[in-house]
Amino acid sequence: MSFTGPKNYREEAGKTIREKPEVRASITAATRTFDAHRVHAWGQIDAERWRDWARDVKTHTLRHLDKNLEQVEERLTANGTHVHWAETADDALGVLSEVVREHGIRSVVKAKSMLSEELGVNRHLEGLGVHVRETDLGEYIIQLLGQTPSHIVGPAIHLSLDDCRRLFHERLGTPLDAEPDELAGVARDALRAEFLAADLGISGGNFLAADTGTVVLIENEGNIRLSTSLPRVHVAFVGIEKLVPRLEDVSGLLQLTARAATGQPIGNFVSLIQGPRKNDELDGPEEVHVVLVDNGRTKLLADDAAWEALRCVRCGACLNICPVYRQTGGHAYGWTYSGPIGAIIAPGMLGLEEAMPLPFASSLCGACTDVCPVRIPIPELLVHWREQATEQGLTPPSETLGLKTYTKLAQSPELFGAASSVLRHVPLALGGRALPVVGGWMQERSAPKSSKKSFLQMWKEGIE
Amino acid sequence: MRVSLFATCLGDQFYAEACADAVRLLRHLGVDVDAPEGQTCCGQPAYNTGRPDEARSMAVHTLQVFADSEYVVLPSGSCTGMIRCFYRTLPGMDTERTESLASRTYELSQFLRQVLHVDTLGTGLQGRRVAYHHGCHALRELGVREEPLVLLTGCGAEVVEWETDQECCGFGGLFSTKLPEVSAAMADRKIDTLPDVDFMTSSDGGCLLQLSGRAEKRRIGLPFLHLASALWRGVAR
Repeated sequence: MSFTGPKNYREEAGKTIREKPEVRASITAATRTFDAHRVHAWGQIDAERWRDWARDVKTHTLRHLDKNLEQVEERLTANGTHVHWAETADDALGVLSEVVREHGIRSVVKAKSMLSEELGVNRHLEGLGVHVRETDLGEYIIQLLGQTPSHIVGPAIHLSLDDCRRLFHERLGTPLDAEPDELAGVARDALRAEFLAADLGISGGNFLAADTGTVVLIENEGNIRLSTSLPRVHVAFVGIEKLVPRLEDVSGLLQLTARAATGQPIGNFVSLIQGPRKNDELDGPEEVHVVLVDNGRTKLLADDAAWEALRCVRCGACLNICPVYRQTGGHAYGWTYSGPIGAIIAPGMLGLEEAMPLPFASSLCGACTDVCPVRIPIPELLVHWREQATEQGLTPPSETLGLKTYTKLAQSPELFGAASSVLRHVPLALGGRALPVVGGWMQERSAPKSSKKSFLQMWKEGIE
Repeated sequence: MRVSLFATCLGDQFYAEACADAVRLLRHLGVDVDAPEGQTCCGQPAYNTGRPDEARSMAVHTLQVFADSEYVVLPSGSCTGMIRCFYRTLPGMDTERTESLASRTYELSQFLRQVLHVDTLGTGLQGRRVAYHHGCHALRELGVREEPLVLLTGCGAEVVEWETDQECCGFGGLFSTKLPEVSAAMADRKIDTLPDVDFMTSSDGGCLLQLSGRAEKRRIGLPFLHLASALWRGVAR
């Protein structure tokens, strides 16, 4: 399964809601658990101050991104890391092809990385005839199923325990009633062989410290540590927005990200990678490549109204709290990043037309911005993209006409009153399903009950 | 003290009786109430769908209508949020007049608590089990969380714990008609987790329209009252 783009969002969401109630149940349960852990973990720190600080660090980095990038290239190179610049996904995949060819790579282990999903790394490697294995347990499960991640942090959260039991029974021969520990143990054994056989490890990067050239990775399973240290070559794809000016800043960001994502004080494993194995070191790759990926990010950065979305640390907290995301999970969104964050970076990275209707896939309830560790004003950015969509004529003409008429009427109280009292009865009496606004309402709900008289009429007649 | 009631477009047409109850309640508390005839819509439908110029036209109209009001009170957290938080983001607004209206505008329960400092209204809801739905804009833009709960409790009601009381009902204005399937699923989650209560209430007509309309479509009985009507019933007379 690959991404089909956001354009089918309504259809896909509707299908999930109607046909897969178990997905909705799994997603709701998992996201509620994630969020409860976040609430608990934030309660242990002065979260409001931490969030202000994190917002400021990321903002400062983005404001000086050119200098930070120059510095990181210099430091990475000094550490013995090969640095590559990739403007597009194709450029990034081209670097990968070159590494594969040069080193005769036949087998790859992959650490969990949303950027690699964005770039389509697995499909590309398979096209080159290279065996590739996801090593994060959730990613491993969805790779076996041929699916894409449905959540930034928990790629398999749309699946139930029984879904996993069936999959492991069919593919790895475990009993149908195996306990989670047993399933994890069997996966661990299968993956161990893959780690030992692989000659290339691929990872993303949670942070990249400009002053030291350190790639920072957070995880819980140890698979990232193995993927980046066992194979002889390591390639890290890092989005240019993942820079931080100083390694010192990483300590706070690591903790806040973990607390926002899973409620942990810090990930079980934190890897700080500073170049290939040195002469006096016992392990680590012989060669490390860092691919700095743009793929639409500078375009988003240049947008004065929308750049704040680039502060994102990919913790998934906004997905966990989002009542829209909870009804479907991530697959309905049709591309790598789902939920509120997906809806505000899609227009910047894919182009607005391609991203429709995601900016409208929100009730603007504001729950997301309340939990964002870097304080991205998500609802305001959604409204910004809606404005752009309207300006560019990407919304239905009937809606534009309707709202323009409504606005005219709303400036003439007498007409507004007259029109309102007609409208509140007429289309509903007609059944109204053919009308754009009323039709959407009537599809899922009963007709609203109008008051016998409008309030302003009651007021005129006198309220006792 | 003089209050202008802004019924809002939705309140005027669908919750007229609740708006009248807000008038009765305010009068009962010794407030002079008026309802300027020129009032129409705050502009939120245009703002939310990305039409700032149209939203601005309605905002300017609303500024004019309520220019001389001492306080403006709305039976809606969402329209109050529009005036208090988003008018200032619209293009070409007169800053002084915009900020002046923002500072004089309150959602009903917010006004009762923060300006009138009401805590007990009566005993009309004695023994009633009530579920309160926090409308998102009242909760997150206005920070109104305890106000309605204190007032309901102050009428003798027992506000029952509801797992999803702070989750969005799925209305979101035109969201409810642009993406009706997701919107309805959001309402279903609220309805399916509702505890056994005498009635459900909220400060926002939009949320009530959504939840009651969805419940009726599913043929589920959902007794509900607008907060203004619930509080007016709470006044022992």
